[in-house]
Amino acid sequence: SSVQTIGEEQIQNRYTELLVLKGHQDIVRFLVQIDDCRFASAGDDGIIFLWNAQTGEKLYELHGHTHKITAIAPFSSSDGTEEKTDLIITASADRTVIVWDCTSGRQVQKVSCFHSTVKCLTVLQRLNVWLSGGSDLCVWNRKLDLLCKTSHLTDAGISALVELPKNCVAAAVGKELIIFRLSASNNGSEGWNVLEVKRLVDHQDNISSLVSVNDLTFVTGSHIGELIVWDALDWTKQASECNFWDSSVHPDVQPEIKLSQSPNETSVQHLTSDEECVFAAVGKGIYVYNLQMKRVIACQRTAHDSSVLHIEKLPNRQLISCSEDGSVRIWELREKQQLPAEPVPTGFFNMWGFGRANKQANQAAKKMLENTPVYFLELVGDLIGHSSAVQMFLYFGELGLATCSADHLIILWKDGERESSLRSLALFKKLAQNGDLQLKL
Amino acid sequence: MISAPDVVAFTREEELEDDLYREPPLPEEYSVPLFPFAGQGANPWAKVAGSKFTRDFILISEFSEQVGPQPLLTIPDDAKVSGTFDLNYFSLRIMSVDYQASFVGHPPGSAYPKLNFVEDSKVVLGDSKEGAFAYVHHLTLYDLEARGFVRPFCMAYISADEHKIMQQFQELSAEFSKASECLKTGNRKAFANELEKKLKDLDYTRTVLHNETEQQKKANDKGYYTTQAIEKANELASVEKSIIEHQDLLRQIRSYPYRKLKESEFHPYEPECALDRADVGSDQDLTASDPAEPGETHLYTHMPSYTPKLIKAKSAKCFDKKLKTLKELCDVYFFTQTLDQLHHIERTFRGDVCYLLTEQISRALLKQQSVTNFLFEDVSFLDEKPPEKQYRGCQGLSQDAIDEKCSEESLAPKVVISLGSYKSSVECVPIKMEQEMEDSEEPKMSESVMSEHQENLDYLDADIKGSISSGESIEVLGTEKSGSGLTKSESQASLPVIPSPQAGRSKVGSRRTVSEDSIEVLSTCPSESLIPEDFKASYPSAINEEPYVDDDEGGLRFTPRLNPGVDDGQDDVSKQESLVQVDAACCIGKESPNFLEPLPELGQKLHEEDGVVRIPPQPYRPAEQGLRGGFPSHDGLSAGLLPYELDSRYLTGSREVSKSSLEECSDSTSYISSAASTCSDRTPSPAHLACTAGERHRKRAGQNALRFIRQYPFAHPAIYSLLSGRTLVVLGEDEAMVKKLVTALSIFVPNCGVYAKPVKHWVTSPLHLVDFQKWKLIGLQRTVSPAGVNVLHALSRYSRYLSILDADSKTLRCPLYKGTVVARLADHRTQIKRGSTYYMHVQSILTQLCSKAFLFTFCHHLHLPISEREPEESIVNRRINFLKLQLGLANEDIKIVQYLAELLKLHYIQEPGQGGNPLLRFDYVPSFLYKI
Repeated sequence: SSVQTIGEEQIQNRYTELLVLKGHQDIVRFLVQIDDCRFASAGDDGIIFLWNAQTGEKLYELHGHTHKITAIAPFSSSDGTEEKTDLIITASADRTVIVWDCTSGRQVQKVSCFHSTVKCLTVLQRLNVWLSGGSDLCVWNRKLDLLCKTSHLTDAGISALVELPKNCVAAAVGKELIIFRLSASNNGSEGWNVLEVKRLVDHQDNISSLVSVNDLTFVTGSHIGELIVWDALDWTKQASECNFWDSSVHPDVQPEIKLSQSPNETSVQHLTSDEECVFAAVGKGIYVYNLQMKRVIACQRTAHDSSVLHIEKLPNRQLISCSEDGSVRIWELREKQQLPAEPVPTGFFNMWGFGRANKQANQAAKKMLENTPVYFLELVGDLIGHSSAVQMFLYFGELGLATCSADHLIILWKDGERESSLRSLALFKKLAQNGDLQLKL
Repeated sequence: MISAPDVVAFTREEELEDDLYREPPLPEEYSVPLFPFAGQGANPWAKVAGSKFTRDFILISEFSEQVGPQPLLTIPDDAKVSGTFDLNYFSLRIMSVDYQASFVGHPPGSAYPKLNFVEDSKVVLGDSKEGAFAYVHHLTLYDLEARGFVRPFCMAYISADEHKIMQQFQELSAEFSKASECLKTGNRKAFANELEKKLKDLDYTRTVLHNETEQQKKANDKGYYTTQAIEKANELASVEKSIIEHQDLLRQIRSYPYRKLKESEFHPYEPECALDRADVGSDQDLTASDPAEPGETHLYTHMPSYTPKLIKAKSAKCFDKKLKTLKELCDVYFFTQTLDQLHHIERTFRGDVCYLLTEQISRALLKQQSVTNFLFEDVSFLDEKPPEKQYRGCQGLSQDAIDEKCSEESLAPKVVISLGSYKSSVECVPIKMEQEMEDSEEPKMSESVMSEHQENLDYLDADIKGSISSGESIEVLGTEKSGSGLTKSESQASLPVIPSPQAGRSKVGSRRTVSEDSIEVLSTCPSESLIPEDFKASYPSAINEEPYVDDDEGGLRFTPRLNPGVDDGQDDVSKQESLVQVDAACCIGKESPNFLEPLPELGQKLHEEDGVVRIPPQPYRPAEQGLRGGFPSHDGLSAGLLPYELDSRYLTGSREVSKSSLEECSDSTSYISSAASTCSDRTPSPAHLACTAGERHRKRAGQNALRFIRQYPFAHPAIYSLLSGRTLVVLGEDEAMVKKLVTALSIFVPNCGVYAKPVKHWVTSPLHLVDFQKWKLIGLQRTVSPAGVNVLHALSRYSRYLSILDADSKTLRCPLYKGTVVARLADHRTQIKRGSTYYMHVQSILTQLCSKAFLFTFCHHLHLPISEREPEESIVNRRINFLKLQLGLANEDIKIVQYLAELLKLHYIQEPGQGGNPLLRFDYVPSFLYKI
């Protein structure tokens, strides 16, 4: 199936103004929000930029890393007594981690005692510690004291970390998912111990994404398109939709899919979720998996021309995806008005057959469909600006959307109407300041 | 003095009563004087009978002490220009006016010769027989070898059109003053050098004489002096005296007040003057304190090249010696600078006076539109230094604003006539400076002060003369402080302290600079004999006129907030009401004269109200800047929201009228100018007048644009794209053709800031998003190579931001346009023939658009809620209604105005220092493919 396109007329697309933020000299891979109006960007040039999301003003240019940035995490610490300081932690391929102060734009501290590149960073706000994941897992406090660390895990290192309840974290290490628990050590007041609690080996291939849905659930996705929903408390599989998207496991599904899907295109690139659904970027497509119903309720198998790299759910039932093809698309999850007499269009809903073992189940699912709402993803707009893969984006609500790309640029997409009225406001403010508002007769 | 030539008579005042002037079709400031012989059906551009030269030129003459008045050079340096015109004779005429009351030599009561820093004199004179009229600028240069150390020169701007000279007097004066200043600066330098050399010679001579005397003394033991010895002693004494005199002269020339140069924006190069002065100071000290060892080498180490000569006691009388040339008199550097300046003057004032006037007026008006002028006007002129005269008022005002002392002055109209407006030409000795400082408040005021009172005029007159003569006496006598005090009190006595009702009513009128009227021309002539009696009589009526807007019936006026400093007290009071009034000001449909769009109707109306038009158009007056230029501006000189009061019903209603009139107007213009091109040989046709690059570019662009709209049926959507901020890419293989199209279309591109037009004539690499931020019109190369594929790919990828005009296949891909503005802007059936005419036509419509955008941008209610809880939708509705109903915009025209408004906002809120992020606005609208 070909990529759905939308014409030039995009009524629902409110991004009618853009600002190009230049500064990076290499691929920009990470965008991270600091507060309501600031964000940081980092990428392969090893430089971190702080930007004002409203004006697009470059606030700081942080130099310190000599290699590309591999992970970035915001760390706003409020000690209660002190005023809030916004920090960001960055890890680089030069095997250092640096903590930056976003207010002053200065380097607070630098750690360079790592044996391998830190690939992921997670802040446990509750415990006021942060974790770095490389070939081992280290736990640090705010002052950058190493509290504890695990033994060497693998050479490949931890690719993803997610915080779980009860002082646990899940780390994706290759095909394995390892659960660690942090426990207060007996001797010190601020000492922590980290213990490996469980190793989950259900994935057939490397785990590519790991996301926490709520306190009770988290989800993992692997390179060959497995999606597993886990219980966050006892680490059991709630829904084991292994090889869910892999057509090779289900030779009976539509040949159309078989043709189009190569291993690379079934990789779960990114997962995001709201309370009801998990949204998965799989290959070129986007899939909406309902946790309640435990099945995919809507999908867009070729949402983009090439791999979808990042997706995010907006509060207003909209979904944004960005892709290697350089475009950003805005989708809306809509409920389909289904006429009872109308047969289910297979072209659209052939996904229903996916997870079922046989055609009977497929039929059953179809029957079930008739009394459940049917959803579909409608393309409501696309943003074309980058000339290369859009690595990531950051949704700033009213302020707009920041996208970063391999073309070294960051684009700030804004609501033209809103910006226009803001400018009017600024104009009249300035008029008043200048005293030009006075009438003289 | 030598007999006065026939001074140009002011016939204009009589003409004022003419019916011809009763109802000029244009607003006053736009109309130009009617050709005096229009009634006889003469072509105004026809060669003026009687003049023997083909066009205006500049003549430099000298009153040589050897041969009398002689012409030195003309600019342009072309024999054809002056033709059969007798330069020698005319030199005689203009040099004969030279008042040069300067006294150099030994003034009574002074032991040493006194250098007089003479002010230049500026006169207008005419020779009706020759058909020549001239602005004559006299100046004196110092020459050690000349009689009285001075050599009188004059620079004259010679034209066949006396009106031109009179109207442009201020500008000419300002420009020539610069040239003169440059010459004099160079001359002072050269003179000082000459003096130094002379001093060295004298020192050397003294040493020689001294030695000889000593020897004689030694040889002479008879106890009495031989005649020879006495002679030697006398000689020595005279040399010593001469040394002292020359030292004094040197000190005088060094002490020339340089601050004046700092004041003006004109900085002739002043090489190491400080250094020199310091050196000289030490030299003098040393030579004075230690005369026994005069020729010491270390004193003059900085000038090793010069070897002193022995000076003969009696030098030969100077008729046989060759006088220095002008180039020698001034430093070569300064001489060339001066020539450049004179060439500049010649270029600036080339052409017919009506053209110059219109140009000046519209420039000055445009300058005032600080909020909108960047959109479509030439970027270059915004940076350009304003013509002296037009801004003097303005500068004066800002000075006032800064100078708090000044603002504390009373509100009553104060008339202090001084030479303020000619300050630049007034040179002062230090003593005079002190006095100036005491009076510093007054001249500043006086620059912007004007009286329209007939009663005052006598005072005025007297005052002018008084201050001039006093100024001179101060300079000549040097130390007479009492004299200056007296003058001061005198001039104060002559102030009209009684605020007249008129003055109270119109502060505007009362603050006009005196010097704006060409009548003052002669008042600056120090020589009283040059002012004929009848001329004085005509003086009052000319000054008495008032700007028409001051009429009480004139309805709403723009705030005559000329002097914010002075008005401050009122400001505070009115601040509160004004905030309320702002709202009212925003309301639509209020009856008010429309200043933003000087449409014919309006002009008519105003003139009817005014009754009789009493004056011919005057060069732009600062007073009216306050009226018309009261737009909010960054410098705080603004007048507030009043411009919004433009009656938009009127706007919409008159659209058709303006349309037709515009077309008529442009047609007739084209007729006239084409006629001019055929029959004018004296002056180039108006289109050529200012032969600057910009002008030529405009003409070419206009011509190309005309061709474009005639050739391409889809010109409208293309122009719409440009006006609405959608980048238009002109794609083609042939570079010349693409560039031509880009040039043609560039006149429709609104500027984003005061930098450069967002136009890129030729690009060969694939376009990128950033390019669309920067450029709004791009010429793009089409190639068949693989790189060309990339180029096309980029085009299709970013097609939503682009309109693409394919010059090869003659297609256009862009959004639909159904509005009306562009149809008026680019009518393919237009009768306009000339590029420059079409350019003006475009400018006028774009200006209309600008004013609409201005209204839209600055109408408070259109963007902000009236009440706190007003929903956003109702504001949006109001906005749309305003655009549709009040501004009369249809369909896509709204987008044009919105885009312009957005640019205005950005421009206004942007801080002066920072460039601001360029942003790209776009719409999600479908494009269509147009074919021929």
